[in-house]
Amino acid sequence: MAHTEWKDAPGLPDFSLLKRLARDQLIFLLEQLPGKKDLFIDADLMSPLDRIANVTILKQHEVDKLYKVELKPIFVLMFTDLVNADKVAGRFRRYKIIFTPQKFYACETVLEEQGVYGDVTTDEWNFYILPLDDDILSLELPEFFRDNFLEGDQRWVTTAGSALRLLQSVYGSFSKVYGIGRCAKMVYESWRELMEDGEQRTRQPEFAKVFLVDRDVDFVTPLCSQVVYEGLVDDLFRIKCGSVEFGPDVTSSDKSIKVMLNSQDKVFSEIRNEHFSNVFGFLSQKAKNLQTAYDKRRGMDIQQMKAFVADELKGLKQEHRLLSLHIGASESMMKKKTKQDFQELLKTEHSLLEGFEIRECITYIEEHINRQVSMIDSLRLLCLLSITENGLLSKDYRSLKAQYLQSYGIEHLLTFANLRQLGLLEEQQAGETLTVMESKVGKLVNDKTVGKLTDAFSSLAKKSNFRALSKRLALVPKSGEEYDLRVPRDMAYVFSGAYIPLSCKLIEQVLERDGWTGMEEVTRMLNGQEFAVTEARSKTDAQRIVLVMFLGGCTFSEISALRFLGKERGCRFIVVTTAITNSSRLLEALLDNSA
Amino acid sequence: MLCCYSQLKESKRAVNSILVDEDEDEDDVERVSWSGEPVGSISWSVKETASSIRSGSEQSFPKIDTTPSLSKQGSGYSLSSLSIDFVSDLSPEETVRRMQKGRPFSLEKFRSLQDKLLLLDEAVAVYDGNVITAVLIFLKKSLSKEILFRELMARDVALRHYVHYLKEMGEQKLLLMHYKEHLNIKDEGRRRDFLKSCLSLPFSQDDATHVQDHYTLLERQIIIEADAEIFKKFPRKASILNMPIITTLYYSCFYHYGESEGTFSSPSNIRKTFRISEKQYILTALGARAKLKSWFDVDSLFNTKNWLGYTKKKSPIGFHRVVDILHKNSAPVQVLQEYVNLIDDPDLKLSGALKYKCHDVVINTYRDLKDRQQLIVYREKLERDSPEYRKIQELLNNVQIRWKN
Repeated sequence: MAHTEWKDAPGLPDFSLLKRLARDQLIFLLEQLPGKKDLFIDADLMSPLDRIANVTILKQHEVDKLYKVELKPIFVLMFTDLVNADKVAGRFRRYKIIFTPQKFYACETVLEEQGVYGDVTTDEWNFYILPLDDDILSLELPEFFRDNFLEGDQRWVTTAGSALRLLQSVYGSFSKVYGIGRCAKMVYESWRELMEDGEQRTRQPEFAKVFLVDRDVDFVTPLCSQVVYEGLVDDLFRIKCGSVEFGPDVTSSDKSIKVMLNSQDKVFSEIRNEHFSNVFGFLSQKAKNLQTAYDKRRGMDIQQMKAFVADELKGLKQEHRLLSLHIGASESMMKKKTKQDFQELLKTEHSLLEGFEIRECITYIEEHINRQVSMIDSLRLLCLLSITENGLLSKDYRSLKAQYLQSYGIEHLLTFANLRQLGLLEEQQAGETLTVMESKVGKLVNDKTVGKLTDAFSSLAKKSNFRALSKRLALVPKSGEEYDLRVPRDMAYVFSGAYIPLSCKLIEQVLERDGWTGMEEVTRMLNGQEFAVTEARSKTDAQRIVLVMFLGGCTFSEISALRFLGKERGCRFIVVTTAITNSSRLLEALLDNSA
Repeated sequence: MLCCYSQLKESKRAVNSILVDEDEDEDDVERVSWSGEPVGSISWSVKETASSIRSGSEQSFPKIDTTPSLSKQGSGYSLSSLSIDFVSDLSPEETVRRMQKGRPFSLEKFRSLQDKLLLLDEAVAVYDGNVITAVLIFLKKSLSKEILFRELMARDVALRHYVHYLKEMGEQKLLLMHYKEHLNIKDEGRRRDFLKSCLSLPFSQDDATHVQDHYTLLERQIIIEADAEIFKKFPRKASILNMPIITTLYYSCFYHYGESEGTFSSPSNIRKTFRISEKQYILTALGARAKLKSWFDVDSLFNTKNWLGYTKKKSPIGFHRVVDILHKNSAPVQVLQEYVNLIDDPDLKLSGALKYKCHDVVINTYRDLKDRQQLIVYREKLERDSPEYRKIQELLNNVQIRWKN
């Protein structure tokens, strides 16, 4: 049942090397300013920094006090205030700003304009990659998505390219690079340029194939509600940098607890990829096994007991603790989802993915908005509707937008502009004849029939890229056939059998064909920008490890799907992402309703 | 997923009941501080530092002054510099003169905010629209949108030129960003005035309506709040300032229900002004009156007279939804039962009745379906001597009914 452990799986590269490299570089930078130091840390860097170098190590290098700075855009301004305040107080200190992962000209410009350029030294800490788990590497750049796809700011392209270069220099050259998306292309070019400057290492590569994919190639997947365990935990509790905070409702005490969620947690690693419906059965069985293991102690003699305490007890207690935690989490998630009418929400999502009973879906979304259920969820559903239907009908767009603004605030006008710009929520450019006919017919019949007629007309007139893609790639399994979630037969299990993630399907197909041959129709529907390059020959074993880089974020559902795919194909995927994402983070990055 | 709930309970029981005989030493459990952070982590250390500061031992953290202060430093150019590139060392005044005369000029050297604004003010002072526009284009490229708009707010003429420029370029998004500036204005009166000033901007037709609504809404909210203050009729803990329209409507249905359409605070006025759909209105009013347990008001929401003059119950939202909302507001079973009875769809009606324990409806439904077995099953869920139990008994004993099973 558990997908993660299987015989004959190729060994994974050791990514702790990356942590050590980052740590060593940081220590080097700290030692540039000998003596007692106070360290001011950008809030977003706290968690990643914690994974690299804990307080003990910092103290070992004469770091005295640690401060957290919340207001990122004004980090540099705050710094100049600090410098000026010190001047006024007659206090002499030396200052250093360490930019990570890299320094931008804009930062130096601000220092110059604020008149403190001469008072401070600046450095770069090339902390590009944080390993979140054995097979997940993150650039911890959530801003990548908005900066690159909405603002058109390409500042992070070289960062991504540098991350690839780092991987290549530590783990060996890639032999094949596939990709799709404008940003993927730029990152590839950037990486190539960086490689030309450096030396060529000749060591055996640990992974030969790399796949680069832009987030905007597949917006549907991150907008769907997640139902694999790790995805649900992320949706409901927000996993940050590989750890999550569980509140009193989970711990059944009055305390909260922060835990790391990765393969070190033996219970978690077995349920993380499972569809939620399988989780309870598994935890239940584990609890029984645990009890049996504990019960072994009766009837043990002193010798056996001693051995038991020395070898097994610690592990059992650990398992007991983790089991309680995950059962608590599952219970909490169940409660929350039942309260939200999760069943009905999923039904609507599945209908949208399938293209079935769209009018009913719109009614559902309308009521969701009217009842002010959740600002982000209402938006999410609107976007899902728009993408699957290739845009909303004009009258639906205007009506739903008006209702949304009424329910959640007119200040969301700018959010709608952003979503429109990205193609996440837009109006159909329907033909003239269609609208005229609709309004004529509409005058003759009552509301319900108009809705059905609208559906019929719409299906004639529009070109639906998602629908066409979905058909071409068989993303939505035929309804009517029973899908056994206990023995999943394909990647669709991550969405209860309703939908295979488009991004993962593309990866599957390209790897199978060793390129894009035969997929011209598909790439056309995705606006092209696909590429496949052979860099060099490589040893066979490295062929079984594939690096997939998501530019703009990746969801846990996609990671679970790729783990499943890997097992099917006899290979392992390493996921590199600019950041872990989900529907909330994706949409929050596009909100513009606050100062 | 529901069927797995029992498994969950079972596993929970199993885990909690695992008996541990001796209380072994707490060897390797990760030590966690009171705030939930692992001891020794950086987040924990920061919290420790912060709390020691709060206890007054260290100087407080310097406050961040977010407004760019113009007086802070000098401009980014030097009059006395003997640069070969003479053109770029001109003052704002000289630069504007050159621009007016069509001579070559360079704006790149105006890097600091202060210089940029001097340039703009100078352009405005000579009343040359062409020059103003040229400067604005430069500013648009070299200043963040937020700062540009903030400065333009204080300069009418420049703003008008900018708007004109935007009209020609059709940049809706920039207009919206200007509109967004209202969020930086804390005082509601000034914010209302700012929104009013946005009304003349060339938004798209739809967006213009929304901005108009926004202004009208805030204007009314200010008045409603002021009145509430004066009359002290209603608790002040919930302020409706800057709340969305629907929230305002809810507030109105809560505190001002039944007021005449003439007052800004009445639900009917809000409904009309903001063109709220019947469906939305009923949903909101239902929520508010149900919360107050005004079942009579709830009832009136659904009354309509048919063409014969008889009162009928009608709802633009399904009655199963109405029941759901009533239930969430802890409506008594008698009330729930009334609306469950109104559900059209027989399956929804039965499931609703079962869910909310409307015994009479359940019994009547099974009776109408002539389903004897289900009645027997249902009877077992009831209390022995309750009227419902006896009702079932009577039905079962009724020889005239032709049961289907």
